Amino acid sequence: MTTTTSGRHYRPPAPLGGRRPEPRRAELRRADARRVGKAYAFLGPALLVIVAFVFLPAIQALVTSFTDASGFGEPAWIGVQNYVDALTSPSVLRALLNTVLYAAMYAPGVILVGLCAALLLNREDIPFRGFFRTAIFLPFVISMAVASIAWSFLLDPNLGLVTYWLSLIGVHVGNIFGTATTALPAVTAVAVWKNFGYFMVIFLAGLQSVPRHLYEAARLDGAGRWRTFLAVTLPGLRSTMTFVVILALIGAFQAFDQIYIMTQGGPDHATETLVYRIYTDGFRDFKLGFASALSYLLLIITLVLGLIQLRINSRHEEELE
Amino acid sequence: MTATAVPTTAPLTHRRPRGGPARAPIAERVLVTAGLVALTLVTAFPVLVIALAAFSPQTEVNHWPPRLIPSHLTLDNFAGLLARLPVVQQSWNSLVFAGAVTLCSLALNTLAAYALARMDFRGRGVLLTVLIATMMVPFQALLLPIYQMTSALGWVNTFAGLVVPRAADVAGIFLLRQFMVTLPRDLDSAARIDGAGEFRIFWSIILPNTRPALLTMALFTFVGNWNDLLWPLIMTSDSQVRPLTAGLALVTGSATATAPYGVMMAGALIAVLPLVILYLVVQRRFVEGVAMTGMKG
Repeated sequence: MTTTTSGRHYRPPAPLGGRRPEPRRAELRRADARRVGKAYAFLGPALLVIVAFVFLPAIQALVTSFTDASGFGEPAWIGVQNYVDALTSPSVLRALLNTVLYAAMYAPGVILVGLCAALLLNREDIPFRGFFRTAIFLPFVISMAVASIAWSFLLDPNLGLVTYWLSLIGVHVGNIFGTATTALPAVTAVAVWKNFGYFMVIFLAGLQSVPRHLYEAARLDGAGRWRTFLAVTLPGLRSTMTFVVILALIGAFQAFDQIYIMTQGGPDHATETLVYRIYTDGFRDFKLGFASALSYLLLIITLVLGLIQLRINSRHEEELE
Repeated sequence: MTATAVPTTAPLTHRRPRGGPARAPIAERVLVTAGLVALTLVTAFPVLVIALAAFSPQTEVNHWPPRLIPSHLTLDNFAGLLARLPVVQQSWNSLVFAGAVTLCSLALNTLAAYALARMDFRGRGVLLTVLIATMMVPFQALLLPIYQMTSALGWVNTFAGLVVPRAADVAGIFLLRQFMVTLPRDLDSAARIDGAGEFRIFWSIILPNTRPALLTMALFTFVGNWNDLLWPLIMTSDSQVRPLTAGLALVTGSATATAPYGVMMAGALIAVLPLVILYLVVQRRFVEGVAMTGMKG
């Protein structure tokens, strides 16, 4: 508010075109430095938090992952031993496999259900659209913890309402969270229940951006529903689809809450995931070095997924040009 | 009959007289509506069950065959919850934790977003790239070192420990930046010519125009932190500091100390009710916010 004159100097560099005499180089550099200084006055507080709680921890986790740190005594440097141990440990590989299986069920789950819901909702000839949208999106504001508590109750083998109703139509689910073969799909289903409304809303936004005239053209060509969907809607949703697939996969690799509450990784490690292992190895067993190596595995997987997305996005943009 | 007098196609294609969108056959519309009703039941039903079971007598919750509607309503479950969990304290903790993170990130993220969106300075491109890379680092991967740092600072079991590591976040900065970038340049150039300083432009010109994005970011931050489990779970060992979500999880999650379902549902109801009310009041902002993040990638 007090920097009246310097405020006037600061302007995006417009083409001067030699209308003014060339300012001295030192002067330019000083103006440059002043601008950088001012920008960092705005950026400073946020950058401080990000450096302290993202950059430094990322470096520290990397360093710790090469040691045998356990919270007691001086940690010794052991090179890549933690990574070798992790990738040859049957229980870690099991957790990785569980995470991949979870992702392989979760991503198609939220995307298919979300897309179907969006397609049902994306029409102007049905009543109460606002109400439906509100209700279907509702689980988004409910914590995974509460969702897990509710579904453990509903699917309780002895008391659950859904268990009972299913038994009335001849489906006996038994102890769905306590059986090794059904626990992981059940845990995934709860996550799909909670999140598909979120994906529906993203798809609804994507559907809005499909050009109207393409639908008109398809109609004039006599294309049926299904044909129109394949030839117009799906291609029109391509960039939305990339975003959504990566989003779902990244989310899937971070699954923790529902497992902590519903199964604690059991039965017999059937629902142990990568983040659950980071939690138990790091915070329960204090195998800090080992858990840091697991953290880096998670970080690498996420980065790879993110890079794939950036790559596909830039290719889309090239094609559009 | 002349063509101008009556739109002859109207009765044949069921088009609305004022030229609204074409309507599908009634059977199809019924099917679509039925599908939506089914989805609504699937999403709303568990919430309804939580609410009903929370007020049901213990004997009816623990009864086979189970029933949805209780014979009479009771507050016993809430009394049981209070006996196991400092619910009032922990709800307050949740409010302070989520509220403080939201306020901090509103302040820090908007300042940073302003610099990245509206200021021209050397090294901005590099900084943006670095921040985008940072956005991909999952918080869960950094839990251990962050915990070690905060515990070295003596921040375990304090609100500082819960809040400060989350006082700013790259995703929030980007959400706001993407919004601020789209505001027209003319908006601040007039003020610049009048000699307004950078902070004044930020405060009285850009900020008021960023309100929808600010509200979106605030809502997402608040809901995300209120609902978060893993972070408060490791940062608090004292039930007096612990937020409600983690408190509930510890009562229900550990196989050793399982509370009766009725009590758990009472706790679940208290945990979701503030957010459900908030959502119903400003649900358009939530939905548009998701669409916004979805569009930007």
